[in-house]
Amino acid sequence: MIGSLTYPEVVAPTLIERIGNTPLLRLPQFPGVSPHVEVFAKAEWYNPGGSVKDRAALSMIREGERSGALTRGKTIIDATSGNTGIAYAMIGAALGYRVKLAVPANAGSERKRILSAYGADVMYTDPLEGTDGAQLYVKKLVADHPDEYFYPDQYNNPANWQAHYRTTAIEIYKQSGNAVTHFVAGIGTSGTFVGTARRLKELNATIRCISFQPDSPLHGLEGLKHLQTAMVPGIYDAKLADEHLEVSTGAAHEMARRLAKAEGFLVGVSSAASVVAALQVAQRLVAGVVVTVFPDHGSRYLSERFWEE
Amino acid sequence: MATRVLIPTPLRTYTEKKESVVLEGSTVGELLQRLTATYAPLKKHLYDETGSLRNFVNVYVNDEDIRYLQKEQTLVSEKDTVSIIPSIAGGRS
Repeated sequence: MIGSLTYPEVVAPTLIERIGNTPLLRLPQFPGVSPHVEVFAKAEWYNPGGSVKDRAALSMIREGERSGALTRGKTIIDATSGNTGIAYAMIGAALGYRVKLAVPANAGSERKRILSAYGADVMYTDPLEGTDGAQLYVKKLVADHPDEYFYPDQYNNPANWQAHYRTTAIEIYKQSGNAVTHFVAGIGTSGTFVGTARRLKELNATIRCISFQPDSPLHGLEGLKHLQTAMVPGIYDAKLADEHLEVSTGAAHEMARRLAKAEGFLVGVSSAASVVAALQVAQRLVAGVVVTVFPDHGSRYLSERFWEE
Repeated sequence: MATRVLIPTPLRTYTEKKESVVLEGSTVGELLQRLTATYAPLKKHLYDETGSLRNFVNVYVNDEDIRYLQKEQTLVSEKDTVSIIPSIAGGRS
C-alpha cells in the first residue's frame, strides 16, 4: 500500500540553486614561494554548467525577469565564445526559455557540442572577427527584431559583475577565514574581476587586486581579452586593479600540463594562466593568502593539441 | 605568383588595418615570411623564439588546415586564399 508509506522530507537543491558556493581549493606548495604564503583557487567547474559563467548568466537572466525585459516567449540571445553560452543554454533549458547564440566558428569543438546538446540555436560567425564580430551580429539582429529577444549583453550588463559582488567575493572572503590578502583574476568580460575586486576592497581595503590579460592580441587563452586591441567591455573599471600582469599562452599551456600530470588538477587554459599570474604575485611575498579563480575544467579543452607537446 | 592572405582582426593593428594582403610566394611558408618581412612587428605574434608557428595559430589554405596538408611547404596559387585564424574564439574578443 503505497499510501501508507511515509517518506522523510528530502531537502535538495534544484539545478539552478546549485550555482555558486563552489569550493576554494588549496594549491600545492610551488618552488620559489615562501612557506608562509598560501595560494588558493575557486574551483568554478563545480557549478552545474561547468564554469564561472553560470553565476553571471543566472544574475543577468534574473535581473531581466525582475525588470520585465525578459518575459515568457522571448528568446535569450547573446554573443559568446562558449562558457556563457553554455550557462545560458543550461539555465534556459531549466527555466523554459529558448536560447540563441552567436559563436565565432573557431570556438572549441567541445563547446559547440555541449551547446547543441542543451538545445541552443547556434549561429556561427566569421572566425576572423572573433567575439567582437559575434557581438555586432547580435546587436543587428536585436535591433531588427527588438520584441523577440532578451539580449543580456554580458559585456555591458552590470548584473554580470554584480553576481560576483554578491556571491564570489563573499565566498572567497569567508572560505579564506577573512584572511585573503591578494586576489588575482583574468579579464574577459571583466565581470569576475570587477565584481569580486570591488566587494573585497569594501570588506578590507588592504586587499590587493591584480588583473591579468594575454600578452599578445593573438593568443590561446580562451575567454580572456587583450584589452589594448579588443572592444573594451562597458563594465570594465580600469581604476580597480592595483596592478596588471600579462601571461603568455605558452606559459599557460606548460602550467596546464604540469598541474594535470604532477598535481592532479585537470584545468582549463585560463585556469592555468591564473596559476601563472598568482605565482608571480606569490613569489614576491614573504607572507600572505593569494586567491585566484579557476573558470573551468580541462575536459572542455581536450581537443587542443598542447596537452601532448 | 600572388596569393591573398586574410588577416584576423586582432592582428590588423600591425597591417595598417588591412583585412587582407596580397603577397608573392609559392608556398604558405614563403607567404608568411614575406608577410612578416613587410610587417615586422607581426613576427613575434605568429612565430615562437625557435621560428616555429605558434601552436595556437592556425593557417588555412581555403578551408583546409595546413597541418593536414604539407604544413608550411603547402603549395599555393593565385586562386587560393590563405587565412590566419586564432585557434580560440574568445581571444580578441
